[in-house]
Amino acid sequence: MGGLQKKKYESGSATNYVTRNKARKKLQLSLADFRRLCILKGIYPHEPKRKKKVNKGSTAPRTFYLVKDIRFLLHEPIVAKFREYKVFVRKLRKAYGKSEWGGVQRLRENKPVYKLDHIVKERYPTFIDALRDLDDALSMCFLFSTFARTGKCHVQTIQLCRRLSVEWMNYIVMSRSLRKVFLSIKGIYYQAEVLGQTVTWVVPYQFAHNHPTDVDYRVMATFTEFYTTLLGFVNFRLYQTLNLLYPPKVWYGALGLDACYKNNDETQTLHKDLLPSFQEDAEALVVREKEQKEQDSLKNLFEGLKFFLNREVPREPLAFLLRCFGAQVSWEKSLCIGSTYDVNDETITHQVVDRPNVDKKYINRYYIQPQWVFDCVNSRIRLPVEDYFPGVTLPPHLSPFVEHKEGDYVPPEKLRLMSLQRGERPGEDEDGGDDDGEEEEDDDDDMDDEEATDEKNLKLMEKQKSQGKALSVTVTPGKVKQENKMRLEQEEKAEEKRLAIMMMKKKEKYLYDKIVFGKKRKVREANKLAAKRKAHDDACKADKKKKKKKTTGRE
Amino acid sequence: MLNFDLCHLTRCGAHVVSGPYSMPASRSRVTEGTVMDTKEKSGKKRVAEEDDDQLSLFKIEKDGFPKKLEKEDNDDDLSDSEESVFSGLEDSGSDSDDDDDDDDDDDDDDDGGVGGDDDDDDDDDDDDDDGTVEETKDADEESLGKDNEEATILKTSTEQPFSEKREAKRQGEKASDGGNAVRKARASRARGTGSGKLEQAPGLGGQSSGAPPQGDEYEQDTSDEEDIRNTVGNIPMEWYQDYPHIGYDLDGKKIYKPIRNKDELDEFLDKMENPDYWRTVHDRMTGTDIRLSDEQVDLVHRLQRGHFGDASFNEYEPYVDFFSSETMIHPVTNRPADKRSFIPSLIEKEKVSKLVHAIKMGWIKPRQPKESGLQLYDLWAKEDPNSILGRHKMHVPAPKSKLPGHEESYNPPPEYLLTEEEKLAWEQQDPEERKLNFLPQKFACLRTVPAFSRFIHERFERCLDLYLCPRQRKMRVNVDPEDLIPKLPKPRDLQPFPTVQSLVYRGHTNLVRCISVSPSGQWLASGSDDCTVRLWEVCTGRCMKTIEVGGAVKSIAWNPNPAICLVALSFNQMVLLLNPGLGDKLVCSTTDQVIASYVEPEEEKEQSVQWLLPEDQDVEKGVRLIINHPKSVRQLTWHSKGDYLASVMPDNSNTQVLIHQITKRRSQNPFRKNKGLVQCVSFHPIRPYFFVATQRYIRIYNLIKQELMKKLSANCKWISSMAIHPAGDNVICGSYDSRLAWFDLDLSTKPYKVLRHHKKALRGVAFHKTYPLFASASDDGSVIVCHGMVYNDLLQNPLIVPVKVLKGHTITQDLGVLDVAFHPSQPWVFSSGADHTVRLFT
Repeated sequence: MGGLQKKKYESGSATNYVTRNKARKKLQLSLADFRRLCILKGIYPHEPKRKKKVNKGSTAPRTFYLVKDIRFLLHEPIVAKFREYKVFVRKLRKAYGKSEWGGVQRLRENKPVYKLDHIVKERYPTFIDALRDLDDALSMCFLFSTFARTGKCHVQTIQLCRRLSVEWMNYIVMSRSLRKVFLSIKGIYYQAEVLGQTVTWVVPYQFAHNHPTDVDYRVMATFTEFYTTLLGFVNFRLYQTLNLLYPPKVWYGALGLDACYKNNDETQTLHKDLLPSFQEDAEALVVREKEQKEQDSLKNLFEGLKFFLNREVPREPLAFLLRCFGAQVSWEKSLCIGSTYDVNDETITHQVVDRPNVDKKYINRYYIQPQWVFDCVNSRIRLPVEDYFPGVTLPPHLSPFVEHKEGDYVPPEKLRLMSLQRGERPGEDEDGGDDDGEEEEDDDDDMDDEEATDEKNLKLMEKQKSQGKALSVTVTPGKVKQENKMRLEQEEKAEEKRLAIMMMKKKEKYLYDKIVFGKKRKVREANKLAAKRKAHDDACKADKKKKKKKTTGRE
Repeated sequence: MLNFDLCHLTRCGAHVVSGPYSMPASRSRVTEGTVMDTKEKSGKKRVAEEDDDQLSLFKIEKDGFPKKLEKEDNDDDLSDSEESVFSGLEDSGSDSDDDDDDDDDDDDDDDGGVGGDDDDDDDDDDDDDDGTVEETKDADEESLGKDNEEATILKTSTEQPFSEKREAKRQGEKASDGGNAVRKARASRARGTGSGKLEQAPGLGGQSSGAPPQGDEYEQDTSDEEDIRNTVGNIPMEWYQDYPHIGYDLDGKKIYKPIRNKDELDEFLDKMENPDYWRTVHDRMTGTDIRLSDEQVDLVHRLQRGHFGDASFNEYEPYVDFFSSETMIHPVTNRPADKRSFIPSLIEKEKVSKLVHAIKMGWIKPRQPKESGLQLYDLWAKEDPNSILGRHKMHVPAPKSKLPGHEESYNPPPEYLLTEEEKLAWEQQDPEERKLNFLPQKFACLRTVPAFSRFIHERFERCLDLYLCPRQRKMRVNVDPEDLIPKLPKPRDLQPFPTVQSLVYRGHTNLVRCISVSPSGQWLASGSDDCTVRLWEVCTGRCMKTIEVGGAVKSIAWNPNPAICLVALSFNQMVLLLNPGLGDKLVCSTTDQVIASYVEPEEEKEQSVQWLLPEDQDVEKGVRLIINHPKSVRQLTWHSKGDYLASVMPDNSNTQVLIHQITKRRSQNPFRKNKGLVQCVSFHPIRPYFFVATQRYIRIYNLIKQELMKKLSANCKWISSMAIHPAGDNVICGSYDSRLAWFDLDLSTKPYKVLRHHKKALRGVAFHKTYPLFASASDDGSVIVCHGMVYNDLLQNPLIVPVKVLKGHTITQDLGVLDVAFHPSQPWVFSSGADHTVRLFT
């Protein structure tokens, strides 16, 4: 017949993938080293499309790497460094065993070290790539910078992380690129727009960490090793774009934020933003301009305001936030270095307080709770301060990251905020709107009721009809039944759809069912939230009424 | 003499003590120093003199006191010290013992035996380095030349005594007859004893190399006089046994033995009588007995006990560290510095010049200071967006972490907080299954917000996800579900089809298993489990006739020939042919005539069934013929001409299907073999084909050619019913696993389409005679009417569109609709159900 018999698993997808152990053997690395290499080089397992084929007929769960990835790792200079390090450790152990202290010192001096510069460049060929992938790096650096020097990782790493994170914050302040903040129960989320890329990071609250035991800090340290390198280069480049000197002369304990300008031409960058509008049509230009204006207004949200942070307020996040939007911030001198003015400065406009009452109040400044600052940033306007006075029950703090789509549940606070943003003055009218909504709902209910009764009647009739014997043979003048044409049409359409669904192929039917199920679930959840809110509001109203009654009764 | 002995002993002790320190030559010198100190401490009278051997020797001679002995003692000191350094006290003791054996006369000799060493030692001390070699050479008495060599090596100061020594040796070898030179004689004797000793312990020769310089060794030789009354020297005194003298005095005159030698008896008497006998020692040299003094005895005792010889010596002196960190003004030794210490080393010079050259050439560079920390620069200075590696084509970027929603806020709107039940449910869920990985909480103010305990966990899990999770690019299904719904022609355009239930035929008291419509469409026959057959008028729903039969009616079929009014029905093993007598009287009568026109054939054939004529009362009811089968009959079906009737008896035997010819009252079994449990059979409407449905297959036989034409596999578990399109090219079959399979006989043996419209088992299917409609009845209580258009154009596939779901039957005992039948001319459909009713949908 001609030709050799084709063997199984010798071509195609089976040869494109390799299991982890095989990859490890090929690279001649221990598992720990292999993992470290994967972390540094950003190699991750791939899920083959046809797993059984790739697994050579077995269905055992295995992780697969791309053969190309592994081949790519073969030429990595860091692998040689790993081997050198292994030898170094062996030699060091030997020297220790023989108590050759001179040898130990000599070995330590020649400890093999590796650099990750080339890997950063390789993983992120362009600067924008690096910015796009900065979220995890920032979160990790901010986390590590909050670690105590307890030996979970090297002190140098912690210091480096602290330095880099402060530099990053400094850049954000200088470029005024912060967009959103969110006080979650996990930590504080920040979102900035850096060179057109949204970068989100989370910072834990300032508390000592209760270090868990089931976390492998070596893995985290390896990640941090790479992230610090990446962040260092990114910071360098970012400072360059602002024409700032790097490294800045910042005192890393507090957010000093006094970077030295090489020469101030911010205007140039601004022009750059406005320039590329040749091809765009006028409409887009208008939109762009509007956006630009909005952004400018956001950037100068707190311009000209003078804040004073009380002792109990988280200083660093607030100082960072306020400075990002152009405010002046200070705090008590005894608290931390970097305070510029005192409490009794008469020009202070806002004092951020997080205690129920303040002893000594100045009449010419607002006393507000910290949430005001965060809510202002998220809503992009200066919100009325009345709701945020000390001791007042705060309005709910909403996540700025939620984008409400059609059919999603929108909390009423959000609606109120939106109306505020539109420049409307919310007040009594909103309540009226609510009432309207309720009325509408009532109408719907009525409709439903009518339908229900109709159907009931029909059913009864039918039953009577069908029970021929029980029916007394009397002829009654028939009523003219109003046929709801719309309804009929709808029903017809629904039936049509149902029948068409019956004719769907099995695969498509499955998909369709899934989609429909997901949609239904969404609706259900939204309804549930709405119902909960309604119940809560009702309970609140009842409480209020009770209180009113009580007070009136007393009077 | 006693003093000297003591002195010697003390020094021995001193050496013993200092032994451990004296391994290297330089060290031995130090110990010597200590010895000197101790000696000074002993408080004996000593004169500080030059360290010349010669001088000391002369001094010894000058002293009248037993000079020789003294000298020997002195020498002994050294030798002993040397030996003791290495071999301890015992060695020296043994030496003395040997000497004792040798020398009978002189008890002093036993010490003197080692004296020979001393001279050598003295020499050696001066050239300590090569001393060992010379020692061994010295040990060989004969090699004078070597002695000469030795002398040449020696310093000038020691040269003189050595020349003398040489002479003395020579004389000693020649038995020293001359003896005039006292000094020489003494030296020779000393030499002789020395050699003897050396011969005894040649191995020890090397040890004496480290002997210290003897500078003040003879300080203590205060007694100039030496006992040299006998000048024979150190020779075995046995030689004089036979002579009356024992030697010669200084003047060369014979010294005579004591007149009377002590014999054994004298000895014994002496032993018995003399109280000092135990401390009396015989000096063989002089032939006199010497009584040891108390001090000497004490010394012996001390030594025997292993104590220090000198009673006043403190063994535990505070240790003086000579090689301390303090710089002393005096050198420890007065040895002149080596020449090499003045001259720069050539080898070093060469090395240095090599290094200098290497530095000059740039081969050796100074060690770079270690770069500490990150070295940052503009990494993307020359970024090239096109330089993306090939690998990156397969790159799947990690998805970003999910952004937090309202519920994660520290102060969320109240509706996002969990109620008690939800909280409980959350806690009982597995951590992986939870929709939220935290419990939403509300805090009154920012001050009260605690640290999130799982923050590090979350970061860690993210890390794990990044490097351990297999990634796969998945196409996001972003389809509008409406697009998935197939575009079908609107049912309205496919009218007519039954849409509403218009009539219900009530009357049966048990489930209605089968229905059949008359070819005219005027009458409906239904068979039920209540053992009756009812005949209804279709339009009015009136029950025209009720015929009781002897069992539950399994199947009923109206003869399709409009010219004949005949209904076939089956119960148990019977098949009845019924003339209902409805409608046109003419037709009824012709039917009766047709049945009655049967003429008995001449030769009766053996038949598997019995053709019986009914009894009179049955005839009144309308029964015209009875076919008694061997087994219970399940299904009946007419050929379209109306003459042939097929009956099905599902069984394991080969007689499952029988075809009866009514006019000839003849039955035949078309199949010889059992091909599985037959479910139903059907005639082709036009051609002489016969369809047999077993559990999973439908076989099509050509009745004329008597062969199997086609075998359709239904892809279902158990076929329940089958219907054939009036054109004959399409077959539908329903199955108990709720499928309806449409076969296009022109296409393939596999179903053209499988419809899963019903939720439960299908019980019956039917085609309309004229309209492109088919219906299926199922246990879920619904009848689904589909538009099944078959085109004459062979290239166009049949169009199947469900047009209506008809509901009306109630489900009783898990059974819904049992049979379905179309009106022959109108687009109406009849259905019989387990709820004892028959319904008409129009």
